[in-house]
Amino acid sequence: MEMMICAASRLIDDGAMVVVGTGAPCAASMLAQKTSAPNSTLMFEAGGIGPLLPKMPISVGDSRTFYQGLMATSMGDVMETCQRGLVDYTFLGGAQIDMFGNLNSTRIGGDHQQPKVRLPGSGGANDLGSLCWRILVITPHDRRRFTERVDFITTPGFLDGPGAREKAGLPPGTGPYKVITNLAVMGFDEESKRMQVESLHSNVTLDEVQDNTGFELLVKEPLELTPTPNDEQLRVLREEVDPQRYIIGRS
Amino acid sequence: MTPHEDQQHSEGELFTSPDCDAAREYFRAKPKGMVDKVMSVTDAVSRFVGDGDYLASGGFGGDRIATAVLHEIVRQKKQNLGLAGHTATHDFQILCAGNQTGRGQLLDRVDSAYIVGLEARGLSPHARRVMQSGTVSVCEWSNYTLALRFQAAAMGVPFLPARSLAGSDTFRHSAAKRIECPFTGESLIAIPALWPDVAVIHVHESDRYGNCRIRGTSVSDWHVARAAKKLIISCERLIENEEVRRDPTSTTIPFYCVDAVCEVPSGSYPGNMPYEYFSDEDHLREWLTAESDTDTHREFLNRMLFGVREFSEYLEQCGGAVRLEELRNEELMV
Repeated sequence: MEMMICAASRLIDDGAMVVVGTGAPCAASMLAQKTSAPNSTLMFEAGGIGPLLPKMPISVGDSRTFYQGLMATSMGDVMETCQRGLVDYTFLGGAQIDMFGNLNSTRIGGDHQQPKVRLPGSGGANDLGSLCWRILVITPHDRRRFTERVDFITTPGFLDGPGAREKAGLPPGTGPYKVITNLAVMGFDEESKRMQVESLHSNVTLDEVQDNTGFELLVKEPLELTPTPNDEQLRVLREEVDPQRYIIGRS
Repeated sequence: MTPHEDQQHSEGELFTSPDCDAAREYFRAKPKGMVDKVMSVTDAVSRFVGDGDYLASGGFGGDRIATAVLHEIVRQKKQNLGLAGHTATHDFQILCAGNQTGRGQLLDRVDSAYIVGLEARGLSPHARRVMQSGTVSVCEWSNYTLALRFQAAAMGVPFLPARSLAGSDTFRHSAAKRIECPFTGESLIAIPALWPDVAVIHVHESDRYGNCRIRGTSVSDWHVARAAKKLIISCERLIENEEVRRDPTSTTIPFYCVDAVCEVPSGSYPGNMPYEYFSDEDHLREWLTAESDTDTHREFLNRMLFGVREFSEYLEQCGGAVRLEELRNEELMV
């Protein structure tokens, strides 16, 4: 978990605007703000902007999301800031992801009116994944999540390949950027828009990553090693970001 | 067929009419005098929530929610309500207590942006039972597009354009439509206006007429309040009208949107209320845990909800003043 959070935090450049969710994405963004990206602005979908997070929020609408913040505004204002093109990154998750980065958080199996497993649905994910420039996904890596085909496209990735987002009417130049898991960091091939392994975490093999993925992964050359968290990152993460081990304590 | 092959048409059901002239006629006939609207939660719910009504719940699921009013809706066994599930988390969990618990069917249609889950806390087993039973019709949206539906209604227009939903199954199972921009030719998604029959919103302060103040994030409540045909306000405290007039910039909801004002201190409990008290995570966990077994859940609901006369009794069950003081300290970080 620490590896995943540190790898994700390094992807946020200083000065970026980021809409974050609770859990690992929030930990990664807080860590970035306290280490490599002190001028990044964190935004939360219910309207909290630029808080000095004292503690990890539990809800993306709770009062910590605007604690000593710059503005407590509305959900529409945050989403419209994304729609105007100001927001660089969003961090999303989901129950399933496919090779084009399409995400499912709505249902598994059954039909729509009587699903086998009902999940929450989009929340703000569809909007954020449609309107922010780059989608970052943090998720555990297993075959149940990394599936050939998602049961429901809650949030669009590259849909069925190159040009599909633009054809559907989504803002040009947007889409999935990186997928950060407990095993590796993946990006997307420029031409085919398919997911490709970019770096392996230490002590992880490419076979292990492929074995935990339900579709064929492309591999970027040269395949790199994900930088291990440095002492400063670990100190800030353990002492300032998540001292209760609320996120990093999970396996 | 790949799930996203058909991107021109949506197949979700539109539960409410986007007719803006019908809405104008409704608002024209609505009494607009600045009269005293203070009443009990029991009276407000029996007067303003009817069987079959379409309901909107303010706040953000577990943050600044009108818990006391939602409890009363369940206690009064309202039937066949529609709901705008706009990051509905604990509020949804409360309303689901009226389904499949031997009290008829409280919810029968839901516009869903976020239901069943409680964010980082996990999924509600009972809400999932309700939504997997096939007895509640569901139409998909996203948080922003559902917020836009209220905004269109607040503006008095039948729809607003957006660039989200496109390409997804969320669009396919919504009731939005694809349109072409008359200026640029771009493909946009038309989001229909939603005028809820009744909305419930918890605020920090209100005067007796319903001039309200909200502190912290407003989520979508600025628009929800203006879109609602009937609006029940619960507030942490009543304030004098002179106080409102001393600082009109702070008024978020004006009296002419409001039908009932109920003074309910700690009225968002166990939800968070900015600058007042933090969420009671222990109680929310207890509620989730109780739901995993149907008998335990029924007993829990009898004790917490069905078997109590009013909200203050529920607060007592949950630790009363001592617990509320702890949550206040947690919120203020003292």
